[in-house]
Amino acid sequence: MVKLVHRKQEWEVKKGMTVRDAILKVGLNPEAVLAVRDGQLINEDTKIQEGDVIKLIAVVSGG
Amino acid sequence: MKCRKCGRKAVFNMRRHKLALCAEHYLEWFPTQVERTIGKYKMFTRDERVLVAVSGGKDSLALWDVLLNLGYQAEGLYIGLGIDGGFGYSDLSLEKIQGFMATRPGAVLHRVDIPETYGESLPEVAARKQRGRGKPCAVCGLIKRYVMNRVASEGSFEVLATGHNLDDEVAVLFGNTLHWQVGYLARQSPVLEERGGLARKVKPLCRLYEREVAAYALIKGIDYIYDECPYAVGSTTNRYKELLNELELDSPSSKLQFYVTFLKAKEQGLFRQAIEQVELHPCENCGQPTTAPGLCTFCRLW
Repeated sequence: MVKLVHRKQEWEVKKGMTVRDAILKVGLNPEAVLAVRDGQLINEDTKIQEGDVIKLIAVVSGG
Repeated sequence: MKCRKCGRKAVFNMRRHKLALCAEHYLEWFPTQVERTIGKYKMFTRDERVLVAVSGGKDSLALWDVLLNLGYQAEGLYIGLGIDGGFGYSDLSLEKIQGFMATRPGAVLHRVDIPETYGESLPEVAARKQRGRGKPCAVCGLIKRYVMNRVASEGSFEVLATGHNLDDEVAVLFGNTLHWQVGYLARQSPVLEERGGLARKVKPLCRLYEREVAAYALIKGIDYIYDECPYAVGSTTNRYKELLNELELDSPSSKLQFYVTFLKAKEQGLFRQAIEQVELHPCENCGQPTTAPGLCTFCRLW
């Protein structure tokens, strides 16, 4: 399984799908986040691997 | 997905441009876009002193970083508003700016601390003035605009630059269009020319998506404050940004098209009749330009 983390929320998804599909699957908008794995930005077509922890950084800021 | 320039693995894809780039080429691409925007809208030259409003967030720090690297005379201005939000928001913002400066020797920061200078934090002033129904956003905007202009004027800066990105611009455009605020629509622009003592104001990131600015900051290693202003949570602006991103998901480049076609329509005369020329005169207390009789709205706060 792969863990997705966004702010204080976490989800588990199956390996093998793209980052973009994983973001959509958990109900987030790929236009509003950046995916980081092991401290590095990864593009949305990257296939997620077993054991990955993908941090989804919200790009929208206010104030 | 491969980098369009070198064929190595891409780290960032921009659907609106049908362009994917590796880290190295993205860090070349982004400043080029900023330079193009500066040139296209004749924002400023390398001979002019630019005051960059920095908050510790990704947009203002990315902007300052790019301007310094491109060789512009860009100094920062930080306005401490005394916002806590349960986690020391203003203090954390300043820490991020100081961290940024530690890696950029020679970068100059001007600092105005509202609680130190005026005796009250932003939330305290807003509560006392009872403006904004529990949110200090209206007073925040008033204070920031006043201080930015005053520091620019006293420091002889020709230009004031803010980190507003395209998502910020289209959210405002969307809101003003929904409510048909023609006066505001007439005044929305990448450049507000100087007049009556108010500095020229520019938005060099106005054609870059918020996601693109965030990617630049991440790849460049700029440590910025991720938390939003606690008062911005649940704001109408953020709701508009969500809606526009849903549109963008379905139809890449929608946000950009909305913005540039609006600017083109304005250039062709749309809203021309709505542009009011208001008279500015010096405030009786501080001498800064104001439309209000007697004291300016900022001086009336205290």
